[in-house]
Amino acid sequence: MTGAGWQVSKHSARRLKKRYRRERWLKALGVLAITVALGVLVLLLGSVIARGYPAFVKTEIALEVNFKAELIDPGQPGGGRYGRIIRNALFAAFPDVRERAERRRLLKLISRGARFELRRMVESDPELVGTVKKVWLTASSDVDMLTKGSLPRDVPQDERRLSDRQLTWLDSLDAAENVRTRFNWQFFFGSDSREPELAGIGGALAGSFWTLAITLILAFPLGVGAAIYLQEFAPKNRLTDFIEVNINNLAAVPSIVFGLLGLAIFIQLFELPRSTAIVGGLTLMLMTLPTIIIATRAALAAVPPSIREAAHGVGASPLQVVTHHVLPLAMPGIMTGTIIGMARALGETAPLLMIGMVAFIVDIPAAPFDSATALPVQIFLWADSPERGFTEKMSAAIIVLLAFLIIMNALAVYLRRRFEIRW
Amino acid sequence: MAMTMTTMAATETASGPAGHVPPSKMEVSGLDVFYGANQALFDVDMNVAENRVSALIGPSGCGKSTFLRCLNRMNDIIEGCKVSGNVLLDGNDIYARELDVVQLRARVGMVFQKPNPFPKSIYDNVAYGPRIHGLAENAGELDEIVENSLRRAGLFEEVAERMSASGTSLSGGQQQRLCIARAIAISPEVILMDEPCSALDPIATAKVEELIDALKQDFTIAIVTHNMQQAARVSQYTAFFHLGKLVEFGETEAIFTNPEEKRTQDYITGRFG
Amino acid sequence: MQLVILLIALGAIAALGYFLARRKLLGGGTGDTAIRPHSMPGYHGWYVALWCALPSLVVLLFWLLFEGRILEALLVSHLGPEIAALPGEMLGLLLNDIRNLAAGDAVSRDADPALMAAAERYGAMRTTARAAMLGGGLALAVAGLAWSWRRVAPAFRARHRVERVVRGVLILASFVAVVTTVGIILSVLFESIRFFSIVSVGDFLFGLEWSPQTAIRTDQVGSSGAFGAVPLFTGTLLITLIAMLVALPVGLFSAIYMAEFASPNVRNAVKPVLEILAGVPTVVYGFFAALTVAPALRGFGDYLGLDVASESALAAGAVMGIMIIPFISSLSDDAIIAVPRSLREGSLAMGATRSETVVKVILPAALPGIVAACLLAISRAIGETMIVVMAAGLAAKLTANPLEAVTTVTAQMVTLLVGDQEFDSAKTLAAFALGLALFLATLALNVLALYIARKYREQYE
Repeated sequence: MTGAGWQVSKHSARRLKKRYRRERWLKALGVLAITVALGVLVLLLGSVIARGYPAFVKTEIALEVNFKAELIDPGQPGGGRYGRIIRNALFAAFPDVRERAERRRLLKLISRGARFELRRMVESDPELVGTVKKVWLTASSDVDMLTKGSLPRDVPQDERRLSDRQLTWLDSLDAAENVRTRFNWQFFFGSDSREPELAGIGGALAGSFWTLAITLILAFPLGVGAAIYLQEFAPKNRLTDFIEVNINNLAAVPSIVFGLLGLAIFIQLFELPRSTAIVGGLTLMLMTLPTIIIATRAALAAVPPSIREAAHGVGASPLQVVTHHVLPLAMPGIMTGTIIGMARALGETAPLLMIGMVAFIVDIPAAPFDSATALPVQIFLWADSPERGFTEKMSAAIIVLLAFLIIMNALAVYLRRRFEIRW
Repeated sequence: MAMTMTTMAATETASGPAGHVPPSKMEVSGLDVFYGANQALFDVDMNVAENRVSALIGPSGCGKSTFLRCLNRMNDIIEGCKVSGNVLLDGNDIYARELDVVQLRARVGMVFQKPNPFPKSIYDNVAYGPRIHGLAENAGELDEIVENSLRRAGLFEEVAERMSASGTSLSGGQQQRLCIARAIAISPEVILMDEPCSALDPIATAKVEELIDALKQDFTIAIVTHNMQQAARVSQYTAFFHLGKLVEFGETEAIFTNPEEKRTQDYITGRFG
Repeated sequence: MQLVILLIALGAIAALGYFLARRKLLGGGTGDTAIRPHSMPGYHGWYVALWCALPSLVVLLFWLLFEGRILEALLVSHLGPEIAALPGEMLGLLLNDIRNLAAGDAVSRDADPALMAAAERYGAMRTTARAAMLGGGLALAVAGLAWSWRRVAPAFRARHRVERVVRGVLILASFVAVVTTVGIILSVLFESIRFFSIVSVGDFLFGLEWSPQTAIRTDQVGSSGAFGAVPLFTGTLLITLIAMLVALPVGLFSAIYMAEFASPNVRNAVKPVLEILAGVPTVVYGFFAALTVAPALRGFGDYLGLDVASESALAAGAVMGIMIIPFISSLSDDAIIAVPRSLREGSLAMGATRSETVVKVILPAALPGIVAACLLAISRAIGETMIVVMAAGLAAKLTANPLEAVTTVTAQMVTLLVGDQEFDSAKTLAAFALGLALFLATLALNVLALYIARKYREQYE
């Protein structure tokens, strides 16, 4: 029983070969397409991570700081002349630097924010006044970039941000073990700054939190309520058809148009304060609503009619049928849809630009009515800054944003897998 | 060789007194089919006689459709489906490694339960097979094949004026005859029919049954049906499947008038099924 | 502050109402047990609680919406006719200062005594208003409690009432979508009409030059700005075209491979990974386009001796295409899977290869679904903002060369509206006119796509 019977004419054998060649071509194109898509994803994530991970550590320089009593009034440590103190400490460390221009370059090794670090130290411990102590201070962004290898050393001086002299100083500090890198907590808890080495995403995270909190509080009940009405109670007529078309269409309206709406309605008409989380939350709420409605309707529709009939059969009112039986069964689906909608709102930038959440904000917003920015907008703002240090911060902020999104999506997938009931 | 199987009622009755035994077009032996962990067919042996209609009957879920789909390897498409045993077409193993499934299906055509015309014109539906297999040298030849196939399916008169209308615009019965025309356009040797009339009304069913009867002149036909009258009307041989096993196989007349197995009798007389 | 107190108090009154109603019903039930209450006690509780909270909340909402305006009007009328006659912006600034002064914030001008007095007056009015709001809200809640509590009786159909209210609330919720659409149309339309009273519709739609720099002073000459949007439209179309050229083949071929050829293991592994592309925020794509792809393209162009702009349409379009890949692939995948199994089997049973089945049967059958997916993708592309803002530049150039920098409708909207602007200048109004054009274009695409998709679904149902 061999395949002897399958001998076919030369013509049809040739033809068959050709047909299979086409098959292989189509398959190859498919594999190529998927490879391209996956390759781009790897490239995208790779370029973000490669640029961003150094931002999680920062460089510090140790100096012998003399907290001279004449420069700080112990009764009023807030008014101390800390800039002067740092200068003195630096000049003391490099006594042979005398020229003014050189001294200015020397000062550039330490961050401009270092004086606030000293102030905070003294404010928490006034005993320090009059003592001399070795203190670790934040290095300037250029030093930071250099020690982390983000800026090259071995290029001609005029292609570098730091001069040869500055490098020698830095090396001598390093040789005395006065340069170290530490985990950059400030990046997570600090807010935006003009100095890249001081800038953090704390303010943006708080802004995103308030914005999303408002979005969730409003969009969840509204979306679920609308979906329940449309799916369970609404008569099938032109009005409900119209509402449905509306919802489907809103889901595809560009997000920037929602920004225009927020600007015209919430800010101009209702005179809510610009740049605040409340306006951002309201705008994103309108944008997220269709997603939640559509997801909730799908989840409700997946509950089999037999459950409803059974509940009606024991005399439950229509509302009781929904609240006691249908809604609990649909809840995992609703939660999944809501989380996905919130994840999208978290990554949304364009509408927030329209309502002015792009301001440079140093204070961490403590309430929805404070001026705020959001994490993706912070990324956008830093992307505009020319300094190398901000590119690093921006990439790190993207890593944090992506981490949040991955957690949210993983949660949605988990909920779906864990609680989904297949009827 | 395969014809010497002694256990089968088929061979006994078929080689009975009448003498003019039709040769077997397809021979199946020791066929087991698994869907994942579930076994759907158990050690089935059966021959399909050339230029005859063989009917496969049995209660739903008995494996008759599974059996049919093994004959042109349509089960390959289903994920997790495993087939073992021998299926021979003109003495050649259709599960052999060197066999090309595309060629097999060109020789063993199939008509499905629900009419499934492609969403193309009537002409393109019938011309589809000849085109992919390169059966026509030129447009004229293709026209000829299409017209011939439609004629043999008894549909030509009805659609001659609207060959470019969509195949889905036809009535259910016409659609099913279109599918039969589509199947015979590539001149297969065997046509498998999976409950071809179950979605049709009685008049359309009668037409398709007439068609089947006429087609057996040129083709070997295996038909799955849940309708015992239909099996009795159109077939010369009948196989009764139950719970994945071939219970009885023989000439249709014998099966319906004098079954050997009690289960066959019970099914035919409507005690279960 | 008053607001928080009021909300807490409302909650407390509602809770009290709930328990009072329950007790009344349960306590009353001991007297004449013959009558079984129509509704469960909980419903009576809810009925009273709703009466406590709802009227107050509705009044509160309107109060908050209009308080500012009414106070302002009162203040202006108090300040006298010469103040009320000030032009709009000046008045706005003045009122803003008064408000800030009342709140104890820094102001932009010297606080003269008249201003201080006005601020004091404003503060006093505000305090009175807030007190009135608190008092009124609480009174309304107590009145609601008293009225509804009296109605609680075994025969009272509390459940019907409560359910009617709940249903009303649900209906209102479902109207939010309609209100949003109307809001979008009205807000964009009104500002656009104002814009078109400055710049004619013809100039806007067919003008070839876009330079929205309006005069800072009225006596300046020759800087009235040009608002011809054609370069923006062509720029948008160019970038969209590039995006589709990237996304369509990649998305479609990967969908075909996933649906027809991939083993379940490959499918389960690759699909979620592809979906990550859909979840990446657009600002990240903007970063990718501006900092990775654009420099790479520029470098490659230099290598080939081509002059590639640092903000080329190609970079923005290609990255936008990447963003859209999962969109096209998942919608096409849906369309392909929706093709009935019977068609697939019918073709395979004729001896067609898988690729013949895909190309000749499945794709034609799935075509409407795929077309709908493409329309939605185009709509997404022309509305995409962050990638073009970050990577496409602002030069309004009328060109079809993908290596040059172009600008788009959305990028211009952002530029026009970000930063401190008065809302009445032609510049800001132009953003709304662009928004109107964008909204109408995407609306048309979406409606068409939804219509095609719906027809397609009906075909196989």
